[in-house]
Amino acid sequence: MRDALEGSQAIARAVALCRPQVVAAYPITPQTHIVEALARLIADGLLEAELVSVESEFSAASVVLGAASAGSRSYTASASQGILLMSEVLYNISGLRVPVVLTCANRAVSSPVSIWNDHQDSMAVRDSGWIQLYCADNQEAVDTTIQAFRISERTELPVMVCVDGFTLTHTLEPIDLPEAGLVDAFLPPFHFSRSLSAARPLTQGTLVSPEFFTEIRSLQHGAFALAEQEILAADHDFANLVGRESGGLLRVEGDREATVGILAMGSVYGTLKDAHRSGLLGRPVRILCLRAFRPFPAGAIREASEGLSDLIVLDRSLSPGSGGIVAHEIRSALYGTGKPPRVVNFVVGLGGRNVPGGIFREMLEALEKNPPAFSFFDLDPGKLPLPKDSVLPTS
Amino acid sequence: MTPIPSLPSSVDMTALRKVQPRFSGIESGHGACQGCGQALAARLVLEAAGPDVIVANATGCLEIFTTPWPQSAWTVPWIHSLFENVAAVAAGIEVALRAQGRTTRVLAFAGDGGTFDIGFQALSGMLERNHDVFFVCFDNEAYMNTGIQRSGSTPHGAWTNTSPAGRVRQGKRHFKKDLLAIISAHGIPYAATASVAYPSDLRAKVRRALDVSGPSFLLLHSPCPLGWGHDSALTISVDRLAVETGLFPILEMERGQVVSSMKIRNPRPVREYALPQFRFRHLLMDTPEAREELEHLQALADANIERYGLLSEAPGPRDSGGADTIRRGGSRWG
Repeated sequence: MRDALEGSQAIARAVALCRPQVVAAYPITPQTHIVEALARLIADGLLEAELVSVESEFSAASVVLGAASAGSRSYTASASQGILLMSEVLYNISGLRVPVVLTCANRAVSSPVSIWNDHQDSMAVRDSGWIQLYCADNQEAVDTTIQAFRISERTELPVMVCVDGFTLTHTLEPIDLPEAGLVDAFLPPFHFSRSLSAARPLTQGTLVSPEFFTEIRSLQHGAFALAEQEILAADHDFANLVGRESGGLLRVEGDREATVGILAMGSVYGTLKDAHRSGLLGRPVRILCLRAFRPFPAGAIREASEGLSDLIVLDRSLSPGSGGIVAHEIRSALYGTGKPPRVVNFVVGLGGRNVPGGIFREMLEALEKNPPAFSFFDLDPGKLPLPKDSVLPTS
Repeated sequence: MTPIPSLPSSVDMTALRKVQPRFSGIESGHGACQGCGQALAARLVLEAAGPDVIVANATGCLEIFTTPWPQSAWTVPWIHSLFENVAAVAAGIEVALRAQGRTTRVLAFAGDGGTFDIGFQALSGMLERNHDVFFVCFDNEAYMNTGIQRSGSTPHGAWTNTSPAGRVRQGKRHFKKDLLAIISAHGIPYAATASVAYPSDLRAKVRRALDVSGPSFLLLHSPCPLGWGHDSALTISVDRLAVETGLFPILEMERGQVVSSMKIRNPRPVREYALPQFRFRHLLMDTPEAREELEHLQALADANIERYGLLSEAPGPRDSGGADTIRRGGSRWG
């Protein structure tokens, strides 16, 4: 049954359907509604879980680390500064191979301070060893949250479900929440193979010398190859239960025969799809929606890019002094293939700047004018304090 | 505490103890330095806590010297996450056990860096949320794992590599943080201090801490021969002096109130405590600056004695001269 639900409410109810025993979080805009909704579900007896209202995001991540290590399914959520504050723990959770699910209500990172949406926070921890799945809409956020627990528990890798702050978290959409029985059939009770127990004492988090360090890191890396299969399997199996897919690793839509492509992550995909459907693009375009950023599905990207002469990669984050982050990885995946497309990287929608449906046509037109490999597409030079010519970024 | 029934005089206590080994949570063969107070302290805590525990350990010497992969000295379930989050990790373990209906006790181990300084926020949060966790701070009064740098626990005037003594400075310029007062201000059911020089007192406090429901805290003075610069054979006698000078008061607090203290039978001058330790050597020089700093340290010890009423009126079995003197003919239980 479909209900009109705010994204955060829907995510909270999806979490509750997964029956976590421990939820720990520290409030930060735009994540707050998720945790408040979970607190109400617990207060109303609709979710039997321990809610730990910690004193910082650092402790939120640490509490779920401890709780999952002790054998309880655990969940946390954060955003922006909170993700950065917990970043040391995020590395640690993955290195310890503890299954945990975290919702990142994607938000810009200070300074300048902004409470609005971009992908800088999750991109800042892309090397922390977490699976990262980006949701295009709130139905995907619900379904991905449920899938995330199974993926995490099967791979013993933590999963970050990335949901655009405000654009998704604070937006009402018609959402289908699966029946509890369906979720129970999909997600078995939590069992962690290295759970802390006095009956079977294990030592975890030891000092590792150079003699063993590389091998342990390689095992962590290797788990991401398995994760690709588990992400696909979870999406497939869940689709068998509820009748809809969430985009696997990467989704290809639009005009599949087109020679020009646009790649997006997160909610911009919805705008892009609408623009395509409404004929706003003005020409055939292949649309690539990247759902899994970690593991990075290089094979799927190469396959999806076959026959393209140009690929516009949209980045909603920035590596200052380098450029867009997703585009670098796309270029790397395509390098050395027979006839790779020209990759043009546009950073758009930083700090919550709206990405309107009409912008994609301008991007496609810009392709004809030999654009630089990287640029801020929606930058307004008129707002800059310096002479225009001196600051327009180039490759 | 359950009273121990008196034994007939025919029982040889020493022989009995040898055939009844205590539970050992840390096996021998780890890599601690000779005379390490922390290794002894951790072993004593686990002897009293028993095997049905889960230990969360902050980054520090204890973590390093017990777990060089693929070896481990621990016989209890043990997890190390990071330096500053041990209280939160322990809190997570505790809520998980509660959710699962398990009764295993949760211990958090940290050094003074992980307790007084970098781990303080998580500790305060854990106490405020009333988690049923027993937090043990092994206090060796500096960052020893990184090579002897000052911490919030380093005593006034002590030399460390970041509070060196030189021509114009006489070691650490600031006071040792009064952590016990801060901890007990959280109103937790039980907070205490102990010293490795008084193992029976220490064990009794571990049992009391584990008897209470809710957070409990033990500040456990543990000499570091390397960092304090004393002979590794002197760990126990140096720490007795820490107690007998008044510099490290042995206390118990319930809900913020002092409920007991170990009386000092023969108060020792701070100079005697400083003498065997390199970290205080500059205070023993014949200069006005050194004399002034040593006087400061003596004043701090005197203030402790006055504040907690530490002088014993008559010798007692549990005062600093009577407690833990079984080897010298005293009574273990008083």
